[in-house]
Amino acid sequence: MPDRLKDYLAAFDDIPGTRVYTTERAREGYWVNQFCMSLMKPANRERWRADERAYLVDWPMTDAQKEALLARDYNRLLDLGANIYYLAKVFSTDGLSFVQAVSTMTGMSVDEYQAMMLAGGRSPEGVRSIKEGS
Amino acid sequence: MARISAGIATSHVPLIGVAIDQNRGHEPYFKPILAAYDWTRHWISRPENKPDVVILVYNDHASAFDMNIIPTFAIGCAERFAPADEGWGPRPVPMVENHAPLAWHIAQSLILDDFDMTIINKMDVDHGLTVPLSAVFGQPDAWPTRVIPLAVNVVTYPVPSGNRCWLLGEAIARAVESFDEDLTVQIWGTGGMSHQLQGKRAGLINQAWDQRFLDDMVADPARLRAIPHIEYLRETGSEGIEMVMWLIMRGALGPNVRELHRAYHVPASNTALGHLVLEKTS
Repeated sequence: MPDRLKDYLAAFDDIPGTRVYTTERAREGYWVNQFCMSLMKPANRERWRADERAYLVDWPMTDAQKEALLARDYNRLLDLGANIYYLAKVFSTDGLSFVQAVSTMTGMSVDEYQAMMLAGGRSPEGVRSIKEGS
Repeated sequence: MARISAGIATSHVPLIGVAIDQNRGHEPYFKPILAAYDWTRHWISRPENKPDVVILVYNDHASAFDMNIIPTFAIGCAERFAPADEGWGPRPVPMVENHAPLAWHIAQSLILDDFDMTIINKMDVDHGLTVPLSAVFGQPDAWPTRVIPLAVNVVTYPVPSGNRCWLLGEAIARAVESFDEDLTVQIWGTGGMSHQLQGKRAGLINQAWDQRFLDDMVADPARLRAIPHIEYLRETGSEGIEMVMWLIMRGALGPNVRELHRAYHVPASNTALGHLVLEKTS
């Protein structure tokens, strides 16, 4: 049975441009994600908006996680264990939609990304597997 | 006796709720999105198709559950549930009224049937649950049906397998059929279809895969039960995994169904919108 879990998880790392939200990421990102949840309360959103750096002092995150939050570097945050549904609390507080926030992770402008979606979205061709290049 | 009459599958993209809440359905972007539900709104308004209760299978998006509690399958048993504030303020939609006696009956039956359900009382319900209600019922002062929330973890891996979801659906059907009150029950499976909201591959849409999934909800559901997580992830984007929740609905309908309505549209925000209405036949 241990091999079954190992193989299950290993396959996730073969998908280009994707971080599957595994328990390893959930453990690393616990406080980032719980910080994000705190922004569901209006009073906390006010405190965060007033002084982001000061608001982060209370949260036991790594410096890398805090810097990535301040920079709104969502790809880096995913690498450091954040999950997109939690990060949505940050970008909704910024007044951004899912399309606006998600496009920042793709290296495309919001307009380019929106145009791609209107044209039918990103094709799966060539982005299914790193190993297979398919 | 209570009986399951029909199943509905639908995406639950937040933007569908925005279009309805802000009365923007006439805009060119939103028109085809809301048109996907025209047939269904008409169909369900006829008395013979109106459910007394909807078992609504959805996933919570870090609204009621945070990283402290991650139930694989949770059933809402309180009398009612309020719409969640997801950061933009709560949606202006009615309270969700439960059929608590049936919810508790299903919870007990499922546990005796080897499904170790998490029972939830106090819980706010997010777009995963309220957007499908708006898409199908529009903007009433009160929802015209009781709703039993059934929340599935499709965020933190491992999420339940498609086959496990199917088996849960079968067990839900047994539970409903053993409830004494005379009720017409629908089961809705929500989420999907292909979409990826994260990383460089965000925006992925796989229309061919989605269409085959829609076909096989009727033609070959056994194939769908066996689709592994890695296939959903590679082919339909990291958030396409929500489609396992459609299999709870499909499992609950039993072997024989008839497709009454189908809609598919790209894009709704980052997502391929899919919608099916299935009638249980004998």
